[in-house]
Amino acid sequence: MNSTSSVIRFVVIMTAGVALTLALLSTSWGGQIKANEAIFNKRAILGAVSDYLTEDPKLMPDGKIEELFGSKVEQIALDMSGAVLTKEDIVASGYKGGKPENIDLAKEKKKPEAERIFPLYIFNSEKGKSYILSIRGSGLWDEIWGNIALKDDLTTIAGATFDHKGETPGLGAEIKDNPTFPSRFKGKKIFNEAGVYTSVDVKKTGGTDGNPYAVDGISGATVTADGVAEMLQRGIKYYLPYLNKQAAAKKING
Amino acid sequence: MAETTATTPEVTVKEKEPLFGKAEKKLLLDPLGDTNPITIQVLGICSALAVTSLVYPSVVMAIAVVFVCGFSSLFTSLVRNKIPKQVRMIVQLVIIATLVTIVELTLKRFNYPIYKQLSVYIGLIITNCIVMGRLEAYAMANRPWRAFVDGLGNGVGYGVILIIVAVIREVFGKGTLFAGSPIQINIIGASNDEIGYLINTAAESGFGSLFAGYYNNNLMVLPAAAMFIIGVLIWIQRSYRPTLVDVS
Repeated sequence: MNSTSSVIRFVVIMTAGVALTLALLSTSWGGQIKANEAIFNKRAILGAVSDYLTEDPKLMPDGKIEELFGSKVEQIALDMSGAVLTKEDIVASGYKGGKPENIDLAKEKKKPEAERIFPLYIFNSEKGKSYILSIRGSGLWDEIWGNIALKDDLTTIAGATFDHKGETPGLGAEIKDNPTFPSRFKGKKIFNEAGVYTSVDVKKTGGTDGNPYAVDGISGATVTADGVAEMLQRGIKYYLPYLNKQAAAKKING
Repeated sequence: MAETTATTPEVTVKEKEPLFGKAEKKLLLDPLGDTNPITIQVLGICSALAVTSLVYPSVVMAIAVVFVCGFSSLFTSLVRNKIPKQVRMIVQLVIIATLVTIVELTLKRFNYPIYKQLSVYIGLIITNCIVMGRLEAYAMANRPWRAFVDGLGNGVGYGVILIIVAVIREVFGKGTLFAGSPIQINIIGASNDEIGYLINTAAESGFGSLFAGYYNNNLMVLPAAAMFIIGVLIWIQRSYRPTLVDVS
């Protein structure tokens, strides 16, 4: 058996060496990793409006995503009352750069409801304007989140993308892996003819072809599908004050 | 009276061993068959069940395990005589965990989408018994180069099984190959506006229509299917080589 001091010496040297190596790697790559994450999120946001684009965002190179996002997407931040926030407000909420794209919904969830802020992305293209909302909820095992794009009428869904932290591949993970799931939301409506908020339900039993307020679920992934429905119901509701204001303004302007 | 004979000790000149000789070849190729980590040593089963629902993540996982197994064996062997006995396993764990963290950082830096897809599994490499198993069984008692080759060999043996199981599970459970990658092949299923399959079960006539009632096997999507498939692989391997029965 080695003496205690020699054991301690070995462990200290090893720990120092390992910590140094990882710290070096982490700092030198940290910037690029953050940029990668930002582009990943932008790609997901643009994915919701893929119908308005000439190319599938999943196949676009990083540079094109940045360029597209910078030129065609107007990003604003909203608070719970639907008011548009200034850059200072965003910084005050805890986001150094003051950019709506940095708003972390997971972080916001931990704040009391009245203090939360949300990003909204307005996509301007030749095919029309689209409002992209960001929502977050719970799946079966862990968190799920998504981007829902609304058409100019602020009622019809133009597209959606979903993602998750740890759902089962082939079951809950299908909300992301299977392109037919998000595409079911295209053309569905979140307000009925009377103007009442309905959101879009996810029905396990299917048969939602003629129903503008529901989509088919995923067989074998009931809890995740329910999570998506709940996430839509609650997440879109946060944006209602802003959406209603926009709709009212439209009516006035004709 | 005991006779004391003075003997001149024979000095055997050790031949410089080739870098890739018979021993290295054995270390590299045995795990593909006779000493396969999953089917014979029965190690690393957990990740083999979890990650094999799709082929693409399985391939990336296999590459990561080959890297971690090889280099952890190498580094462990390099310091094997200096590790205090009291902290032997802790040191091994630190080496493995550091390497896995490096893999994770590398993925995040160079291929973020794949990192997102595999983030859970990469961390699980630390708990993969094969890595620790090879450190204890070989790297602690052998020279660095041999240990490195042994690590690589076991990693590859694990990878081969992983890919076999994943191909079966994905083809029969989802009807695709390499789903989620740039080289996705849609093999069998009902083609619609979004996806086109090679064997279109929704076709009115032609080859695809022979499979009109075909549905993907949902059991294949669950980890239990991986267990059954590995069981069958173990069965096939031991039937083929009866000497391996009861070896583990």
